[in-house]
Amino acid sequence: MRPTVIAGPTGERSRSWTGRARAGLAEKLPMENLLPDRQPYYVGSWIYVFGVATIAALVLTVLSGVILAIAGPEWWHISVAGRFFNSLHFWSVQLFFVFMVLHLWGQYFMASWRGGRAPTWMIGVVIFAISIVAAFTGYLSQQNFASQWIAVSAKDALNATGFGAFFNVLNFGQMYGVHVALLPAAIIGLVALHIVWVRLKGVVPPIDVMPAGTRPTPKKVR
Amino acid sequence: MDTPAAYLHWGFILISIPNLLLIGLMIVLFALALFIPLPGEKEKA
Amino acid sequence: MLQRGATSAPTAPAIRTVPYDLLKEVAIAMVACLVLVVVLAAVLSSPDVPSVTIQSWAQADPVDFTTTATNELAGTTTTAGYGAPYTSADAGQTLGPIAPSKWAGVRQPVDTANDFVINPLKHASVGDAELATALAGFVAASDTQKTTWLTAYTKALGEATTADGKVVVAGGDYGSVPVLMDRLLTVARSGGLDGLLLSSGHFYQTDFTKPLLFMADGTYLAGLANQQHLTGNQWGMMNETGLYPGQSWLWLYTVWYQIPPFNTAPNGDLLVVILMGALTLGLLLVPFIPGLRDIPRLVPIYRLVWRRYYREEARR
Repeated sequence: MRPTVIAGPTGERSRSWTGRARAGLAEKLPMENLLPDRQPYYVGSWIYVFGVATIAALVLTVLSGVILAIAGPEWWHISVAGRFFNSLHFWSVQLFFVFMVLHLWGQYFMASWRGGRAPTWMIGVVIFAISIVAAFTGYLSQQNFASQWIAVSAKDALNATGFGAFFNVLNFGQMYGVHVALLPAAIIGLVALHIVWVRLKGVVPPIDVMPAGTRPTPKKVR
Repeated sequence: MDTPAAYLHWGFILISIPNLLLIGLMIVLFALALFIPLPGEKEKA
Repeated sequence: MLQRGATSAPTAPAIRTVPYDLLKEVAIAMVACLVLVVVLAAVLSSPDVPSVTIQSWAQADPVDFTTTATNELAGTTTTAGYGAPYTSADAGQTLGPIAPSKWAGVRQPVDTANDFVINPLKHASVGDAELATALAGFVAASDTQKTTWLTAYTKALGEATTADGKVVVAGGDYGSVPVLMDRLLTVARSGGLDGLLLSSGHFYQTDFTKPLLFMADGTYLAGLANQQHLTGNQWGMMNETGLYPGQSWLWLYTVWYQIPPFNTAPNGDLLVVILMGALTLGLLLVPFIPGLRDIPRLVPIYRLVWRRYYREEARR
């Protein structure tokens, strides 16, 4: 393997921020771990597919959303192509939530937070929560009957918490801006962080197997 | 597709048939993912 | 090659690895999802029930429109008595000393009588002498007089009929209220009220607060929502118009609104939000919560996921 840390002229490691960051990164997340071409043999179940399927659905949601944003809010009501892209966006979101929830069920029952992987789990829950808000603002941005009803219904819960005074679900401009700019950026950033964390820690190993012939003793799932 | 869907009313639960089908599909997919072996595996579940 | 970072937990003995093409898996997932989404979009399309306008409301149900407008003028609608962020009429939802709605304050002020009725009629009275006179007469009347007229007119509207899209009530002393309401209905049916309520004196506007609050104060919008099972006590949060799947992931949020005490409590929304906040925090902190983090060990789903591993380990 090539050395990942290039020493200075007298063999010393770089003391600069940049040098230390590079060295730390190379140590914690070498390219072989970021883009592995081998995996532990226990990663052999269709359960592992739901994570990448969620990402695929997210990519389609963003791409179809970009087209909708470029064409503007009237387009998806008045043109056949617009309605089609509206449909692509709608079904991508449905698939996104289906696969994300299946991924969550799988990771829960695999206790995937073990071995220092709690941040991965927590980032995932935050992505879930933000995605719900993203979908919510998306429904508000449709500019159809459902948007109207969702707005007048949801305002009560938001107003009860005081947030409604600043986050006005009846204000299309505000909801649309949050939906197309703020939340996609947040979700994409957090998904990238989530993936990096998985690669940093490696895929979680199986829950400890009991040696044959011994009575099962209570063990913390670590 | 814009006519209101049929709903299942069971006790206090009220769920649309499309939603029920979707949730049912998710449970089936989860079960399939658990039980179906990956292609190329020699041992069956 | 063991895939471990330097900061992970103490390592187990090296695990056998197998070849695996990450980027090919991503590509296959992308293509599979793309095909699925394109087929679903082409075959099923997507929900898009057209929005209601004040115009369509006034044409479809002029009695409800007129009743709502009268109540806005009288200050007896939900919006008029809402409290923050629209009015200071009510303290809003509280839980003990916690009063977040009141703390946030009236940030989106709405004066139902002036915003929904008087000001639009002032615009409409240009060139309409009869309306101008009726409006001046109403505005100049005492509060007691206004209340008397409005109460009587609201009662009469309970038995109103329609003729040629106009509202017909039994005779009575309503002052100039019938003229005001008749003109407002005309403006609404022409589409002018949608514009007046939205623009509020500005050219560019994306804030639909006023027209939406006005519509929500009536029963027409809610009636349409009820047909599509979208209202709060129909698990509406989860549902979609037509035959489309809705937002099943909101099941745990909406379930509380179906059961006591949330479904009848005046601060039901605040209670549900606090509860859901706590549950979301619980989900976030699962790795640290004893019991919750041990359930996976008790439920043998993991045995199915890793059955190859457990079989091979048992053989050793």
